Amino acid sequence: MDRAVSEQSMMSNCTASADASGESEALTLSAPEKRPLAIEARGLVKSFDGTRAVDGVDISVPEGAIYGILGPNGAGKTTTLRMLLGIIDPDEGVRRVFGNDRPHEIGRLIGYLPEERGLYPAMKSIEAIAFMGALRGLPLAEGRKRGLDLLERHDLSHAADRTIRQLSKGMAQTVQLLGTLVHRPRLVVLDEPFSGLDAINQGKLEAMIRSLAEDGVTVIFSTHVIHHAERLCEGVAIIAGGKVPYAGSVEAARDRIAAQVRLETRAREGAWIRALPADMRREGDFFYFPLPEGGVEPLLRQLIEGEAGILSLSIERAGLHDAFVSIAGEAAARQLKLDAAGGQK
Amino acid sequence: MTELTTDQHRADLDAKPRLTRLEAAWVIARRDFIAVLFSRAFLFFLIGPLFPVLVGGLAGSIGNQTSRETTVIEVGLAMNAEDNSAMMSARDQLAPQLRGAVPTLQIVAEAAENPDFNARTFMEARRGNYAAIVTGTLAAPELIGTEGQVRRWQGPIELIAASASSATPLTFPQSTRQTVTASAASERSNRIRTAQAAQMVMFLLTMLLAGMVLSNLAEEKGNKIIEILAAAIPMDAVFMGKLFAMLGVSFVGIAVWGMVGWGFWAIAESAIVTVTETDFRNLPGPAVGWPMFIALGIAYFSMAYLLLGSLFLTIGAMANTVREVQTLSMPVTMLQLMVFFLAAATLTDAGSSFEIAAVVFPLSSPFALLARAALEETLWIHAAALAWQALWVLLLVKGGSILFRKRVMKSGGAGRDKKKRRWRRSAKATEPT
Repeated sequence: MDRAVSEQSMMSNCTASADASGESEALTLSAPEKRPLAIEARGLVKSFDGTRAVDGVDISVPEGAIYGILGPNGAGKTTTLRMLLGIIDPDEGVRRVFGNDRPHEIGRLIGYLPEERGLYPAMKSIEAIAFMGALRGLPLAEGRKRGLDLLERHDLSHAADRTIRQLSKGMAQTVQLLGTLVHRPRLVVLDEPFSGLDAINQGKLEAMIRSLAEDGVTVIFSTHVIHHAERLCEGVAIIAGGKVPYAGSVEAARDRIAAQVRLETRAREGAWIRALPADMRREGDFFYFPLPEGGVEPLLRQLIEGEAGILSLSIERAGLHDAFVSIAGEAAARQLKLDAAGGQK
Repeated sequence: MTELTTDQHRADLDAKPRLTRLEAAWVIARRDFIAVLFSRAFLFFLIGPLFPVLVGGLAGSIGNQTSRETTVIEVGLAMNAEDNSAMMSARDQLAPQLRGAVPTLQIVAEAAENPDFNARTFMEARRGNYAAIVTGTLAAPELIGTEGQVRRWQGPIELIAASASSATPLTFPQSTRQTVTASAASERSNRIRTAQAAQMVMFLLTMLLAGMVLSNLAEEKGNKIIEILAAAIPMDAVFMGKLFAMLGVSFVGIAVWGMVGWGFWAIAESAIVTVTETDFRNLPGPAVGWPMFIALGIAYFSMAYLLLGSLFLTIGAMANTVREVQTLSMPVTMLQLMVFFLAAATLTDAGSSFEIAAVVFPLSSPFALLARAALEETLWIHAAALAWQALWVLLLVKGGSILFRKRVMKSGGAGRDKKKRRWRRSAKATEPT
C-alpha cells in the first residue's frame, strides 16, 4: 500500500470529519443523493425464535463511500450485514446490492470478512487466499499470483507457504482480509474488522480501508468502537435493540447535539449570571452549558455588560460519541415506553 | 490497490457477476476432495473395512470352533454287551449311506460297570454328554431323553436296531447320477444371494461414509469457515460440492480396495476360495447380467450415498460441536439400519406392497432396486428409479440449505432477550468504548 497516499487520504478524511463548516456538511449530506447506491435496505426485519433481532432497518450506502454501522454488542449489526449479503433472508423488507435484491447473483462484486474469523487450519496461507478468491470467481492460479503480491505488500511473503495454524492470530486475520480483497470486489463488507487487532494493525487496516475507498470501492463495516467510524466514515447507521434510530452523515449526527460552551470568568457573582441558561453546570472556575439558540454574540454582549470578566470562552462541538449516547439513549427511552404501553394493554 | 477498479476489471465483473451453481459446487468439491484425500481421516477410511473383516473372521473362527465343540451328537448305549456291539456294527454299516441322519453311538461306561444302572436317573442328574440313552433290547429298544431329542432320534435308532437284529446284512443297490447346472429354483436362490451380497456391500460402504459426511459441516462451523462459504455462494451449491467431493473420495477408496483385493486374488486365489468357501469365479449371475449389474450398482451406490449424505449433511450442519455429531451418530446409524432392513426384508417379495414401499421410499429405493436388478431383467424401472432418486437428492439438498439458512445463521440474534434486558438497564448510559 502506498503509505503517502494513505496518510494524505487519512488527513483529508479527518479534515472532513472535524470541519464543522457548511461546505463539509454539504459534501456529506448531498453525496448520497447524487451517487448511485451500492446498498439500499428498507424496513428489514428478522426474528429468531419469536424475538426480533432486527426491527425495521433502513440503510442507504452510496457507491464509493465508507459507511459504518455502530452499535453495542447484540444490537443487530451482524444480522443486518448477513441480510444485506444474502446469507440469511429478511422476514420483511427489501435489500438491494448494486440494485440487485439477490446478493448471491452478484457474488463476484462483493468481499466479506465475517466477525468470527475462520480459515482451514491445515491450508497454506497462499492457498487460503486463492480459495477465497475462487469462491468469488477468481481462477486459482490468478488467485495465487495476486495472493503472493498482496502478501508481499503487507510484509507477509514469508508466510505464504505456512499453514494457517502456524500463523499468529493477527497474521491469520490479515491473510483472511487479503482473501476478502483478492478478487478485487466493488463492495467490501467487514464485520467488526478491528476487533482482535493491536494498535499498529488497526492503523494499517484504517489505511487500507481509505485506500479502497479512494479506488472507488464501497466499504461498509460494523463496529462498536466509535473512534474508527468517526475517523473513517462518511455515513453511519446507529443501531440499537435491532432498530436504527439514526442513519445519515457523521456530521449530521454530531449536529444533533448542540455545541457546548465552556466559560471561565474573573467575577464569581453578578447580574451577568442571569445571562447563562438554566441548565448550566458549574465545575470549579468553569461554567458549562449548551450554545444558546441565538448564538454566542448576544451572550458575549451580556457577559461584558454584566462585568463578568471573561478569562476564556470556548465552543466545543459534540463528537460522534456524544451523538451516539444521545441517540441510543433516546431510542432506549422510546423502546421502554413502547414496551410499558404494550404491557398495560 | 488501484488495479481494483480498472475499467477492464469492472467490465469483466459486470459481464459475469457470479459463479454458476455448478462452478460454485466445483470450487467446494475440489477443495474438499483434495483436503480429505490428503488427510488422516482418509487413511482411516481406507483401513476402516479391515476392522469388520478382522472381527468377522475372528468371530467366525471362534464360532466354528464352539460349534464343533457343542454340536457333537452322541446317543448313549446302555443295553447288554451283545446288543451294544450289534448296534455299533449296524450304525457303522448305515452311516456311509445316511451320513448325518444316524447319530454317533457311544457305550455308556457307567452302565457297563453298574448292573443297577438307571438311564432316567442318569439323564436327570445331567451326567455324561448324551443327547439320549438307548436301553432295552434290539427287539424293544427304549430311548430316554428330552422330548425333542427323543422325537429326533427315535426313527434312526429303530432303523439301527432293526438292522442289528436282521439275520442277513442289508445290501444297498448302486444308483447312477445325472446333474443339471441349474434349475428355476436354484437360479432364483442364487440370484437372491447375489442381491443380498450387493445390498450388504452397498450398506457397508454408505455406513463408512456417513460419519465423514456427518462431521464435515460441523467441523467447518467449528473452523468458522461456513459463513465465508455461505456469503460467497448459495448454500445448496456448498452442500452439492461437499456431497460430490465425498462421493469422489469414496470412489477413490473403492478403487484402492478393489486394487488391493485384486492383488490378493492374483496371489492367493485358491486360499481365498478355501477360506471363504466361495468360488468367486462362478458367482451366481444377476438377472441383468454382470456388466449392467455393476453399472447399476455404481449408480445406486452414488444415489444411496447422495440421499443419505444430503440428509446427514443437514443434520451435521445443525450440530455445533463434534460431541453433538457423536450424539447424532446413533439415531443416524439406526436410520441407516432401518432403511437397510426394509430393503433386505422385501428382497424375496417382489411386487408386494412392502417391496413397493421400499422401492418408492427414497432412502431405501437404491437398495431395493439393486436387489431387483439381481432378480429381474426389466431395465426401464431402473431409469425411472434413478430419476426419482436424483429428484429427491435435489429436494433434500435444497431443503437442507434452506433449513441451514433459517436455523443456523442466527448467532447475531442468539440470546437476544437477555441482551435486550441488559441493554435496557443501561440504556441511557450506553457508551460504546
